[in-house]
Amino acid sequence: MEAPLLHLALVGTPNSGKTSLFNALTGSRQKVANYPGVTVERKEGFFVTPLGRQVSVVDLPGTYSLRGRSPDEEITRDFVLGKASGEIVPDLVLCVADSTNLRLTIRLLLELKRTGRPMILVLNMFDIASRRGITVDVERLAKELGVPVVTSIAVRKGGTADLLALTDEISAKLASEPQENSWRALSVSELRATQREADRIIADCVSLPARPDTWTARIDAVVLHPVGGLIVLALILFVMFQAVFAWAQPAMDLLKSGFDALGELVKATLPDGLLQSFLQDGVISGVGSVIVFLPQIILIFLFILLLEDFGYMARAAFLMDRIMGGAGLHGRAFIPLLSSFACAIPGIMATRVIDNKRDRLTTILIAPLMTCSARIPVYTLIISAFIPAKDVWGFINLQGLVMFGLYTTGIVSALAVSFVIKFFMIRDYAPAPFMLELPDYKMPRLKSIAIGIYTRAKMFLQRAGTTIFSMMVLIWFLASFPQPPAGSTEPAIDFSLAAMIGKALEPLLAPVGFNWQIAVALIPGMAAREVAVAALGTVYAIEGGKEAAEQIGQVLATKWSLATALSMLAWYIFAPQCASTLAVIRRETGSWGWMAVTFTYMLVLAYAASLVTYNVAVALGAG
Amino acid sequence: MTDHDDTRPHMPLGLALRGYTGVIQHLSTKDTGSALSDIELESRLIELGFVEGARVEVLHEGLVGRDPIAVRVDSITIAVRRREAMAIIVA
Ligand SMILES: Nc1nc2c(ncn2[C@@H]2O[C@H](COP(=O)(O)OP(=O)(O)O)[C@@H](O)[C@H]2O)c(=O)[nH]1
Ligand SMILES: [Mg+2]
Repeated sequence: MEAPLLHLALVGTPNSGKTSLFNALTGSRQKVANYPGVTVERKEGFFVTPLGRQVSVVDLPGTYSLRGRSPDEEITRDFVLGKASGEIVPDLVLCVADSTNLRLTIRLLLELKRTGRPMILVLNMFDIASRRGITVDVERLAKELGVPVVTSIAVRKGGTADLLALTDEISAKLASEPQENSWRALSVSELRATQREADRIIADCVSLPARPDTWTARIDAVVLHPVGGLIVLALILFVMFQAVFAWAQPAMDLLKSGFDALGELVKATLPDGLLQSFLQDGVISGVGSVIVFLPQIILIFLFILLLEDFGYMARAAFLMDRIMGGAGLHGRAFIPLLSSFACAIPGIMATRVIDNKRDRLTTILIAPLMTCSARIPVYTLIISAFIPAKDVWGFINLQGLVMFGLYTTGIVSALAVSFVIKFFMIRDYAPAPFMLELPDYKMPRLKSIAIGIYTRAKMFLQRAGTTIFSMMVLIWFLASFPQPPAGSTEPAIDFSLAAMIGKALEPLLAPVGFNWQIAVALIPGMAAREVAVAALGTVYAIEGGKEAAEQIGQVLATKWSLATALSMLAWYIFAPQCASTLAVIRRETGSWGWMAVTFTYMLVLAYAASLVTYNVAVALGAG
Repeated sequence: MTDHDDTRPHMPLGLALRGYTGVIQHLSTKDTGSALSDIELESRLIELGFVEGARVEVLHEGLVGRDPIAVRVDSITIAVRRREAMAIIVA
């Protein structure tokens, strides 16, 4: 008879290696993508034990106790207690510990024991502990705790072999009758008592040479220096943006010529007409112009994942806490906000680590102002068409500098908005405490970075294949129908639905310098920002013929004034051009109201910023 | 070194400067001005390892108002704001 699926849950303090262990056990057999910053999604994976038992394992958010102080920690508590709706009570809880730092985990484990769930203590990062001369009497520890104990090295091949063997051994004799759950929230004196008990057990079973990680101390001396640390942080961000703009170029050129060649092939094979126009202008140049940005998106995620894995993110939060506090933000908001540079959606979901409701709400409201990767296509297109690619001061690329300026404007505006919220909307504001563990630095692992980038790239391509593709078909349709009457001399697009819509909107957008083509492109851009680029491409391609499609940047340079281009950049810093972000805001705040607030304030800011930019630019002679 | 004897004056960790080392004597969460309730603050401090007898060292300070501080608590490093650290009495 086939044994039923065995359900495991990974519980432990933050940074104990739960996600690494999860990856090691399940490989790529995972159901939900992990977002940078924190484990915010419920991630389930599957594997088979050496004895052939089918296992499902869930990676739970890190926690120091079962009290559930934040939405994240509540997930963990409810899951372990079997109170989470629609979830199966785990058959076996793997309590994951960082072996170099057992105090807090052993306390957590003593608390977990009260739930009556069968449990294994996994002494992870045993390689680091051994290197530092920490020795653990595993047998004695298991006896004192009354829980099986096993060592593991999540990031080494075969490092989980003992854990797998033990899982087999235990699952064979798991009692099927329900155990007694005597857990309730611990009082302060019970907490103290459990910590004492934990410390006593550690003193009995673990020998700790007083040798802290010298590397971490040395790096922190620079990285956490009050002034030097901020300079390092600024440098890291600056390098990140220069890299995204400059290093990605060769790969992007390659992708672009690939799509161009494909378009040419279609043109050469198919007869002139609607089908050819649909495939070449609608599908290939449309979807292609978005996929071209894959290298940049991979690069920005690479940086964020590297910093995360290295252990730098918590340091950045430390450095920024008071500075962001001045703007009414919590230091912990730094990680969600930094993630928002990749995409506001994981960023907004990552705000779940902020336990104070107001701090969380403020962070959610401003996260979309961080320059997400979907803006990159728009920025890149306009910058490369209008800003000369020369060097200033000999080594800084002017285009990169403008890009940096756009990012900075986004950040500064976010801080300003948060400041306004603090003063006008949320008056009785008391700063929530900032308490965060600064983990030892770790060498980033190729495998976990690769898994991380892979899942993001897949998400991006799926979007290109679905949302963006359908928007492109719609745009192509609007721009192609109705067809011009036979014998007309004006461009075909002038007769189309797109032109009608665009021209109807033009009076509204004329004050900010947008023509009707831009108005047309902005509408599908509501679904996903990067679609605007493709939409502009399609509109101008159908208007100007095939050559235009291949050189959309050059076309823009001849059709737009510099003032219009700058106005468009300003618009894109603020405009709420992303339906998915708005949907996530609704879900995470549980309110349509906050979604409407976000949409309105961003739209107002966008219009105002474009209005000012356009008029100032025109006054300076760039009209 | 005998610098942790009873003769050292008790003080809140929130006032300690970079380089300070000491031992936690007790927690006193009254009137710290933290946004958390006394009990909640005390629970969280304990959960992060701030318990009586733990050795602490102030490793780093932030730029603005020397806040927050990074504190070594036995074998881990925790970042806290000075306001909350006022509840930790050291000597
Ligand atoms: N050397 C070593 N590093 C590990 C081990 N397990 C995890 N790490 C590293 O520890 C860091 C935190 O791990 P992660 O899985 O993100 O922790 P989580 O917060 O519990 O999910 C990452 O940089 C991992 O590469 C291990 O067994 N040995
Ligand atoms: Mg994790």
